[in-house]
Amino acid sequence: MTDLTKLTLAEARDGLAKGDYTSVELTEAHLKSMDAHRNLNAYITETPEKAMEMAKASDAKRANGSAGKMEGLPIAVKDLFCTEGVQTTAASHILEGFKPEYESTVTSNLFGNGAVMLGKANLDEFAMGSSNTSSYYGNVINPWKDKSGKDLVPGGSSGGSAAAVAANMALAATGTDTGGSIRQPASYCGIVGLKPTYGRCSRWGIVAFASSLDQAGPMTKTVRDAAIMLGSMAGHDAKDSTSAPIAVPDFEAALTGDIRGMKIGIPKEYRVDGMPEEISKLWDNGVAMLRDAGAEVVDVTLPHTKYALGTYYIVAPAEASSNLARYDGLRYGQRVMDDGDSLDDMYMKSRAAGFGKEVQRRIMIGTYVLSAGYYDAYYNKALKVRRRIYQDFEGAFGQVDAILTPTAPSAAFAIGENEGDPVKMYLNDVFTVPASLAGLPGISVPTGLSAEGLPLGLQLIGKPFDEETVLRVGGVLESAANFTAKPAGQEG
Amino acid sequence: MSYILEGSTGPWEIVVGLEVHCQVISKSKLFSGASTKFGNEPNSNVSLVDAAMPGMLPVVNAECVRQAVKTGLGLKAKINKESVFARKNYFYADLPQGYQISQFDKPIVGEGTIILDMPDGSTKSVGIERLHLEQDAGKSMHDQDPKYSHIDLNRSGVALMEIVSMPDIRSPEEAGAYLTKLRAIVRYLGTCDGNMNEGSMRCDANVSVRRPGEGFGTRCEIKNVNSIRFVMQAIEIEAKRQIEVIEGGGEIQQETRLYDQRLGETRSMRSKEMAHDYRYFPDPDLLPLVFDDAFISEIEKELPELPDEKKARFMRENGLSAYDAGVLVAEKEKADYYEVVAKGRDGKLAANWVITNLFGALNKAEVGISDSPVTAENLGKLIDLISDDTISGRIAKDVFEIMIETGGDPEKIVEEKGLKQITDTGAIETAIDEVIAANPDKVEEIRAGKDKMLGWFVGQVMKSTGGKANPGMVNKLLRDKILG
Amino acid sequence: MSSLDKETVRRIAYLSRINVSEEGLSELAGDLTRILDFVEELQEVDVEGCEPLTSVADLTLPLRKDEVTDGNIQQKVLSNAPMTDAGCFVVPKVVE
Repeated sequence: MTDLTKLTLAEARDGLAKGDYTSVELTEAHLKSMDAHRNLNAYITETPEKAMEMAKASDAKRANGSAGKMEGLPIAVKDLFCTEGVQTTAASHILEGFKPEYESTVTSNLFGNGAVMLGKANLDEFAMGSSNTSSYYGNVINPWKDKSGKDLVPGGSSGGSAAAVAANMALAATGTDTGGSIRQPASYCGIVGLKPTYGRCSRWGIVAFASSLDQAGPMTKTVRDAAIMLGSMAGHDAKDSTSAPIAVPDFEAALTGDIRGMKIGIPKEYRVDGMPEEISKLWDNGVAMLRDAGAEVVDVTLPHTKYALGTYYIVAPAEASSNLARYDGLRYGQRVMDDGDSLDDMYMKSRAAGFGKEVQRRIMIGTYVLSAGYYDAYYNKALKVRRRIYQDFEGAFGQVDAILTPTAPSAAFAIGENEGDPVKMYLNDVFTVPASLAGLPGISVPTGLSAEGLPLGLQLIGKPFDEETVLRVGGVLESAANFTAKPAGQEG
Repeated sequence: MSYILEGSTGPWEIVVGLEVHCQVISKSKLFSGASTKFGNEPNSNVSLVDAAMPGMLPVVNAECVRQAVKTGLGLKAKINKESVFARKNYFYADLPQGYQISQFDKPIVGEGTIILDMPDGSTKSVGIERLHLEQDAGKSMHDQDPKYSHIDLNRSGVALMEIVSMPDIRSPEEAGAYLTKLRAIVRYLGTCDGNMNEGSMRCDANVSVRRPGEGFGTRCEIKNVNSIRFVMQAIEIEAKRQIEVIEGGGEIQQETRLYDQRLGETRSMRSKEMAHDYRYFPDPDLLPLVFDDAFISEIEKELPELPDEKKARFMRENGLSAYDAGVLVAEKEKADYYEVVAKGRDGKLAANWVITNLFGALNKAEVGISDSPVTAENLGKLIDLISDDTISGRIAKDVFEIMIETGGDPEKIVEEKGLKQITDTGAIETAIDEVIAANPDKVEEIRAGKDKMLGWFVGQVMKSTGGKANPGMVNKLLRDKILG
Repeated sequence: MSSLDKETVRRIAYLSRINVSEEGLSELAGDLTRILDFVEELQEVDVEGCEPLTSVADLTLPLRKDEVTDGNIQQKVLSNAPMTDAGCFVVPKVVE
């Protein structure tokens, strides 16, 4: 029998439909893979019993003649999505042991469509990071290795999700993206990651980091898989006031493979100083591929690009400082309370003990930029620059259908690098953050390898709610690039 | 005449601004679908959103928005078709989110006016600065355990309207009149039940003092005052405290103080913590609240006649004084009661009976108008019995007493007790003749010029007829008989 | 932009209700200053006449019908609480 863990979501969907194998078999294969790759630490909580239960139920459902769009397909769920009855930690100590009495809308949609949950994937604590080295539950190790043999980061914050998919420990995984947390780890792990338009997927039940930026999205082996999974994640939710009241199109149908006549924009501001040669080359190759496929390549300008990181690192922490105020040890989560402590003592001790360093830093930056005397200079100013960034894209999309850029300024780096300087880590997000600030859909597709043999991805950014174009062009890029490399131990 | 406090160095004026929080009447909360009903088990009117569970999001209640607009219209205020919800960030046990969703620089309602009805019948206009919507906090109980406090989130998330006045109030009396009028308005509108001692309406008073002619002094905020009477007391006490401090050479610290009505003083709430920095910013989970003129007109159509309009109409149509009309419109139920009594009758007479007799009796028995044993219809009937001379005014008062006791129909009472006024000339003449015959010397005195004795005779005749003779007729017939 | 001093960091840590040791305060001061320097470049952007962008969602607030659709889940609300008593959350005594 084929190694069932090497299938794509689409292949498994078809195989199940044809009866080549059952969901139980598919799920068992993945559970075995999780056993074999536990050292990667991609999962915080594994749910083998639940997975088997769901797989059995799915097979029974299929036998009765009904099958949902994700029927019987085993996936990993980023541990930022609240899953009913299953520990949800946001990779933090402060939520250790927290068992939600509710299911997030996105996972509810997926499970309602028949998906099977293998476990909760690891991430950077509270989704703050781009290396998955800030999790209370330990680092995630990238299944890819370079010649140094050192452990490499999978990227972040959805590092566990990316590693799980890349190491065939799940057919696909859910991720969330606030400044690049789906796209960048997808690039580092050689998989596809899609951040939909802000409002396309509901945020209800997802532990909030930065409310105006957070978006759930699929992390998959192929562009088709992303299209399939997005179709089961997206949809208007009345419980989320920022959820867009628009219909979910058939994303898979958008994969026509035909982009003749489309205009692809190349923003000159993304060719940053000191950009590594191989990233530049990757980008140029991408341009050539799209041109060969019949697209017209146009230079565009996004003048405020260089201010995007600064804007993001004001807006996101500001919102986070407020969103994380509820973690106070009072109604759920870890509490530290000694005899004679006042309420404030309890707050201060619980939060100091419960939050990791990066989270504490971001909360405090956020508190600072919102505080009296600084609001106008920082937060309000950042919101105005954000509008400029949004207007840049608006202008560019007047001329093109999609924009092509590299996803990340480098390939995966070694765990431990960039740790001393908080800002150095932030620079990993330079290409992904602008699309987040503008709420635009963005996909990362692996198209080449670095000199060290590590995956590199290209990013496509689309117009609001035009995931279809993003998927279509992404699919063409994927075919043209024919990226077949696999991490060691996953070949064949 | 302005309110002046005499200090040791001269006269002082007081400047007061009131911030009133009104709980909005709605079935569910401002941002969640949990019930607002009072009195349930702790934490049972609490949704996951109210408990601020991870990943929860607010969704605004249309009715709360309508109620805020309605109240704004009742305050003759500017309705802002675009407003923004902002987070007010601070930590407290009864604030599960670690922030309150409120409105900061773009409230739903802007400037308006309240007209105060003063006890002397005059009116004064007080400006409204703004009205905004915000979440109420939960309840902390500190007396259940020596070491711990207990938190119940049932109230957390209930919609509040914060109504801020301009600092136009210049006396405790004006403050009382402001609160009375505001309460009447929201009760008329059905947007809040205005119950200060149950906490559905809460008042914080900002008080400062100044010498006449000067600018504003430093103000202090008095919190925790749960009745109109205590607000008035607290304002006076705080003003006096501030005068004493300044005249003693000190400076007023801008701070929050609590009113202790037992000790009759205000106390500083200043704790060791640093000042609050609320870090307001627009709530990213909520988009701007926008509605159009049509939305506002729909609500405008539903407005009942408000106290000021009703008062003006009572004065115009029923010839009432400003004071009397003011008393009647203070509560919609009272005004409605009065209208039933006054219908087709003399408005002033009806007003006298309602205000003096009915309200007097209800106040004494500490009973509200809705529990009045005397129905409006029956009071109306009683007035009719006077107007058509069936009974005298004096007898009517007795009948009224019986109606208060028994809640009975006046016509029946008059029948049963045989209280009908005697208007039969013959019967009256007989009674007069009896009294005249029994007091010949007094008759002589009257004939000699002592007119005042007539009154005594009238009294005697009334007594002998058990008060039932028509006094007017007794007077006339007596005069005719004695003086010819 | 000047660097953040220890006292400012102490105040921010308190506003954030996070206990930080004395050494921690110094380290944080350094980190936070570094981050603020990083975002300092925004000062040079011309935002004349530009409205802040608080949400990219091109919508206005949807209004919910006023009905009781939630609550009555006391057990679920309390199930993850570290300390409860008689249906209430329990915290250290607060003196008002």
